[in-house]
Amino acid sequence: MSTVLTWLAAALLTAAASLILIRIVRGPTVLDRVVALDVLIAVIVSALALEAVVNRHGTTLPILITLSLLGFISSVTVARYVERDNSEVAEDDDVRGERR
Amino acid sequence: MTAVLDAVSLVCLTGSALLSLAAAVGLLRFPDLLSRMHAGTKPQVLGVLLALLGVGLRLRSGLDVGMLVLVGIFQCLTLPVAAHMVGRAVYRTDLVRNCDLAVDDLSATGTSTGTLAGPPTDVSQDVPRSDG
Repeated sequence: MSTVLTWLAAALLTAAASLILIRIVRGPTVLDRVVALDVLIAVIVSALALEAVVNRHGTTLPILITLSLLGFISSVTVARYVERDNSEVAEDDDVRGERR
Repeated sequence: MTAVLDAVSLVCLTGSALLSLAAAVGLLRFPDLLSRMHAGTKPQVLGVLLALLGVGLRLRSGLDVGMLVLVGIFQCLTLPVAAHMVGRAVYRTDLVRNCDLAVDDLSATGTSTGTLAGPPTDVSQDVPRSDG
């Protein structure tokens, strides 16, 4: 029973990570990729938790703390970068300048 | 008792994996960046908290549970801020499809015009909805 559940969870996480990777490769804008990378970090946290449960050790728990902070920093950084980049472009662009 | 706790922890982890798969399908299938964000938040909050609960039920030692609580607090504190920043960047870079909005509180006029350019998706964007 536990073996079945373990393999089921591992298979689901693998499928989820593969689909998210497809979105990261395809993603039309950089913000799509940032959102998908955030979800990928959540999937990696779940996978590390599954590994800790199967082998029954707490060695990987500091990695979980690092990952939960890293995702936040990366998405905030990229979001601010994209915003500033576009506002500089918008000063020269008539159509977008009208909207402001 | 310990066998029951181990089984519950595995069930929690399987639920977390299910949420991850659902979010991945949503990320791949949804046409809009904001709806992709909506799909992505499921494993980021509930999925991660379920996984941490599973690890805590299996390890059951004070130090490990403290670290797991710390991870949960960090996740719940930082995710809204990150989602806010990304959502603001999405709006300011004109990636919101205005024809999907009934009311646009952030624009100067307060109403959606439906004429601004949307994201480069394959869904037709210049046809306004009849009920919008």
